[in-house]
Amino acid sequence: MAVDISIRITGQAGQGIQSISSIMGKVFTRQGYYVFIIQDAESRIRGGHNFDQVRIKDKPVLAIHAQANYLICLDGKTVEQDLPVLTPNGVMIYDGSQTRFESDNPNHFSIPLEQIALEAGQKKIMVNAVATGAAFALMGFDLRPLLDRLAEEFAGKGQEIAAHNQSSASAGYRYVRENFRGRAADQIPPGVFAKQKLLINGSQAMALGAICAGLKFYSGYPMSPSTPIMEFVAAAAQDHHIICEPAEDEIAAVNMVIGAGFAGVRAMTATSGGGFCLMTEALGLAGMTETPLVIVVAQRPGPSTGLPTRTEQGDLRFAMHAAHGEFPRAVLAPGHAAQAFYLMARAFNLAERYQTPVIVLGDQHLNDSYCTVDELDLNRMTIDRGKVVFDDQIASVKDYKRYVWQESGISPRILPGLSEAVVYADSDEHTDAGHITESSEVRNQMVRKRMRKLAGMRQEMGSPEIYPSQRAALVLLGWGSLYGAMKEAVELLQQDGIPAQMCHFSQIYPFTAQAFHRKILKKSRILAVENNYSGQFADFFTQETGRAVCHKILKYDGRPFAPREIVDQVKEKM
Amino acid sequence: MVTLQEFASDDPIAWCPGCGNFSILKALKQALVELQKKPHEIAIVSGIGQAPKTPHYLRCNTFNGLHGRTLPVAAGLKLANHELTVLAEGGDGDGYGEGGNHFIHAMRRNIDITYLVHNNQVYGLTKGQTSPTSESGFITKTTPSGSPVPPMNPLLLAVACDCSFVARGFAGAIEHLTDLIRQGIRHRGFALIDILQPCVSFNRVNTFQWYEERVYPVGEGEYDPGDRTAAFNRAQEWGERIPIGIIYRRERPTLSAQHAAIARQSLVRQPIDPTGFPGLLEAFQ
Repeated sequence: MAVDISIRITGQAGQGIQSISSIMGKVFTRQGYYVFIIQDAESRIRGGHNFDQVRIKDKPVLAIHAQANYLICLDGKTVEQDLPVLTPNGVMIYDGSQTRFESDNPNHFSIPLEQIALEAGQKKIMVNAVATGAAFALMGFDLRPLLDRLAEEFAGKGQEIAAHNQSSASAGYRYVRENFRGRAADQIPPGVFAKQKLLINGSQAMALGAICAGLKFYSGYPMSPSTPIMEFVAAAAQDHHIICEPAEDEIAAVNMVIGAGFAGVRAMTATSGGGFCLMTEALGLAGMTETPLVIVVAQRPGPSTGLPTRTEQGDLRFAMHAAHGEFPRAVLAPGHAAQAFYLMARAFNLAERYQTPVIVLGDQHLNDSYCTVDELDLNRMTIDRGKVVFDDQIASVKDYKRYVWQESGISPRILPGLSEAVVYADSDEHTDAGHITESSEVRNQMVRKRMRKLAGMRQEMGSPEIYPSQRAALVLLGWGSLYGAMKEAVELLQQDGIPAQMCHFSQIYPFTAQAFHRKILKKSRILAVENNYSGQFADFFTQETGRAVCHKILKYDGRPFAPREIVDQVKEKM
Repeated sequence: MVTLQEFASDDPIAWCPGCGNFSILKALKQALVELQKKPHEIAIVSGIGQAPKTPHYLRCNTFNGLHGRTLPVAAGLKLANHELTVLAEGGDGDGYGEGGNHFIHAMRRNIDITYLVHNNQVYGLTKGQTSPTSESGFITKTTPSGSPVPPMNPLLLAVACDCSFVARGFAGAIEHLTDLIRQGIRHRGFALIDILQPCVSFNRVNTFQWYEERVYPVGEGEYDPGDRTAAFNRAQEWGERIPIGIIYRRERPTLSAQHAAIARQSLVRQPIDPTGFPGLLEAFQ
């Protein structure tokens, strides 16, 4: 039996929604399922109306379902708000004593969550554990894996808290068994316990990828949705000999990272659009001084403060063109967490090999969403530091010139203080020795030297991922976090008798010199799918390939695409 | 034996004849020789302006970055390779205007950097506009009726921020300045040396003569730079008499000393091994 169950947990900020979703995510991942979790939160600390949606599937999944099979309402005030997303025979769990909402639908289960929480868990906050236990009973799933996970999750917070969570979950489970026997709807069959797969979100995967790729210095200023990257690095810093320095602002953060990069360590910062605005001055500095720099920009809807906790792909053109003047850079945009992990290593390799900035674009949907990943293979990570010259490789350092002319544009890089050489780096136009110059001849040569790196990068930018491989008359074109939704959309289209292919870019700029387009462009109708207003990538694609897209399917309400939404719009445009 | 000759740079100097910067360069070189630092052991991070050209004119590692952004670059460099002796250098516009926020937080961090601010109370390279330290009433192209606001007091701000080494030098007192720079570099922590530097092209008020008539060294023995209240008072002295010397000094842990990651080895000397992180992955299983 194919399993594809979505559970929406709703309530106020501070009610432990994310704690339930991540616990469920881990339980089902360990039982052999694939899980995808989105977080839909308002920009506030307490109150409001938030939800997480957990999708559990027997096959890999990287997108949300527009509907939910289960609705778990932790808060009485907003019971009716999410009812429209419930499937026709979907199950709702709510606390009838906390709301005036009444229902004679046999699939709407009123459970005294608060009363049970106070009795079994001593605290009102245990409502989330009670509801989870109740949901497990309704899903027909064994309670044991949940109890084990609760013990593990709260181990660090003391025996008592773990025990209260367990007794609350058990009480919720028992209440359903005793009161609603035989009335459960969509069931989740038992799995087989295995502890191999990972449950990880985009931010964690980026931070983990960076650390495994040799990150030594991080500086940042908190900004949603990038902050979890910094928090992950900070937590790992002591064990893995990393310095994580909280900066006074994003300008300081990126300049500290450039200082560390000049010294010769792998260094990065992460921010969102507004913080990246402040960093643009330094982006040019890294380009001019030829200092490796990695910046993660986790996009959120702008302009200005925009929708701070929601998602958008509105900063692609900004990332491609940010800062004054012309200099080479690379822009990467991973499609999912596993790709984010590996692309971080690629970002550092590119930054060091080409001695220039690399921007990795995420967004709230990619960064905050959890997914089950089969494996992250450390042996697949390669480290390439480019033309860094270490002590033992230096013959004569007396006349070292930091910016000596090379056909590739890449000059050997000596790290200051590690040899007797002295290194001059300058933000002014400079001679090959790094001193300020006004010479038109030198200026021309230095501009050419820097820009030649772009040609080198273009040659090694990877091809887009084409899925499935069978040629189709319809191509969905997209980039970054659209990966999961587009991939599933082409599968759904296939099922509906409309053959389609996905063409997904994760290595965006400079546009790849690989000959992929001959394969997919011939005769196909191209529909661009993007989480922005103007179809920023589609226009860039047209500029680079000469191929126009037939339609743009765009969404800019701050919410991610569900695959079915794409399918519906494709059918509309056909 | 390190000699002055080792610091000789062949980059032609682009300062105005008679500029106070020449004396500061001389004092800096002399201090480095006295400390027996080798050029490759030193890194100077500078901003944009006339003062930030200084590192081009002596042989040492140099990062000539952006206007106002010297201190964060210097902090990143120092944390990545704390074996380097790191200095930051810029003018009053660079450090106290554009970089004001970084200045405050560098002092708070107590990162082990010596910060030389060439303070000429005017913007030079942009050819004569008011600066954060311009005196009230100072007439420039951007304040044709005279600056309506009082100058900021960097020393007072530094004492308030508990900057661990606060000093003022004068370009016209080279030996005194040499000694201050030497002490600043030796000091473990953030050392601010605000240097009164006459601008011969755009400041006709605060000239060499104007300063010479006013500056006096705070007396050794009679003044205790460890006394913060005394430092507050001394830092406010300006006008008829202007104190030079170490105004405030306090030992407190440097930022580098507080990072366990570099307790045994600088970051830049630590090897990269991507296979060394299985524990991190397990946490997600």
